[in-house]
Amino acid sequence: MDTVVGVCYEGGVVIAADQSNGRSILTYQTNLDKIAKLSSHSMMGVSGPNCDLVNFTQYVAKNINLYELSNDGTKLSTKAQANFARGELATALRKGPFQVNVLLAGYDDKTKGSLYHLDYMGAMQKVKYGAQGYAQYFVSSIFDKDCTENMTEEDAVKIVEKCIKEIHTRFLMSQPNFIIKKVDKDGVKVLSFDADPADT
Amino acid sequence: MAALIGNDILDIGSRKARRQREDPMAPGFAFGAPGQFDIPNVADPAAYCRSNFASVCGTGDEDQSVKFMKGTTTLAFKFNGGVIVSVDSRSTMGAYISSGTVKKVIEINPFLLGTMAGGAADCSFWERNLGMECRLYELRNGRRISVAGASKLLANVMSSYRGYGLSMGTMIAGWDEKGPQLYYVDDDGTRLKGKIFSVGSGSTYAYGVLDNYYREDLTIEEAVDLGKRAIYHAAHRDAASGGINNLYHMTKDGFVKVHSIDVNDMHYQFAEERARAMQS
Repeated sequence: MDTVVGVCYEGGVVIAADQSNGRSILTYQTNLDKIAKLSSHSMMGVSGPNCDLVNFTQYVAKNINLYELSNDGTKLSTKAQANFARGELATALRKGPFQVNVLLAGYDDKTKGSLYHLDYMGAMQKVKYGAQGYAQYFVSSIFDKDCTENMTEEDAVKIVEKCIKEIHTRFLMSQPNFIIKKVDKDGVKVLSFDADPADT
Repeated sequence: MAALIGNDILDIGSRKARRQREDPMAPGFAFGAPGQFDIPNVADPAAYCRSNFASVCGTGDEDQSVKFMKGTTTLAFKFNGGVIVSVDSRSTMGAYISSGTVKKVIEINPFLLGTMAGGAADCSFWERNLGMECRLYELRNGRRISVAGASKLLANVMSSYRGYGLSMGTMIAGWDEKGPQLYYVDDDGTRLKGKIFSVGSGSTYAYGVLDNYYREDLTIEEAVDLGKRAIYHAAHRDAASGGINNLYHMTKDGFVKVHSIDVNDMHYQFAEERARAMQS
């Protein structure tokens, strides 16, 4: 039921995710942060059950951090990070899968911003824009129409905000709050949120 | 660790536990590892549990032969004066009220309270287990475990037995170095930090009262009254909730049991108050 959307622009990537968690007919919380920071220049928007979401993001983030620590601070490229996450999803698939769908975004000096779309079965695609969850049915057309080459950060944020507005107007499930983050040459940054994740 | 369950059968969702077992350098007893907990001696214990035991989560009741005692209202909320934990005491098996005097607040230690919703056996077993882990932490490290840490231990156990039919919906309330804390942990491994939680069949009714009258700056008296009223209204509407309202207050000096009031007495008390208010 979660919503995660992401758009690449010239020099970075924007990811937005809803902040709700619930069970059966109940909303438990609306101020979660489902976009995890993996390293200084990468992040991962995840949709799926809270248990898998937390276990998978922490596992990936800690391993990426471990790689840096054990290799004299050598940073993994976004592509390497995405392939690592994909490999873990594929290995887990036959053992009791992580039921998570992922948008992984990162910034490298060479390739600039890049965005990877992963599903829980371990399929990975490098994309310019993408969405996870029911949101796909609502926002894919917005992306197809509005996304162009050489977009600025403002353009990308505007498109993401359009997506959120569409989800508010047409999606039956209540997802009142969204968090938007970006990754560019200066690292991962929170652009905005409707409810503060720290306010608990 | 020698008497532990075989390597192959604990496969689903417990790769962490297995890695610890395979690692010769791992300590004899790892934090959050469930210790010794027997699972059915059949080819596929997960499927066996799913088809024979009804859980509070996932697919729910599917004609399983063993149904857990459930039907509960439990709530907890954080405010400036600490944490209020308030529960009912009814236990039902289908339409039958199997007990009206269940103690649904589990006193893990003076600074940690757990609530019981879902399977009574799973809640008391795993929260007792958590109490042991917390005490071990205290002995090893010379200080109390944080509530975040304690709730994570429980959540790790829940996620390693995910799909095995455990039934538990609990709130872990406590006071640690960072002040009052409240977490929600359930049988599918969900762990949330929050200000207001309510679990059980009557939780929707409790939320209705709680969400409308909750303020962060409630006085202790007001907070106790809110916890009490929310349980009363849930017990009034939800057939599977009722009995006695047990209410605890978590303070910086540990928990205080505030009261145990029969919700039936509460009903007449509130009715009288209402009648008096209408007259004047």
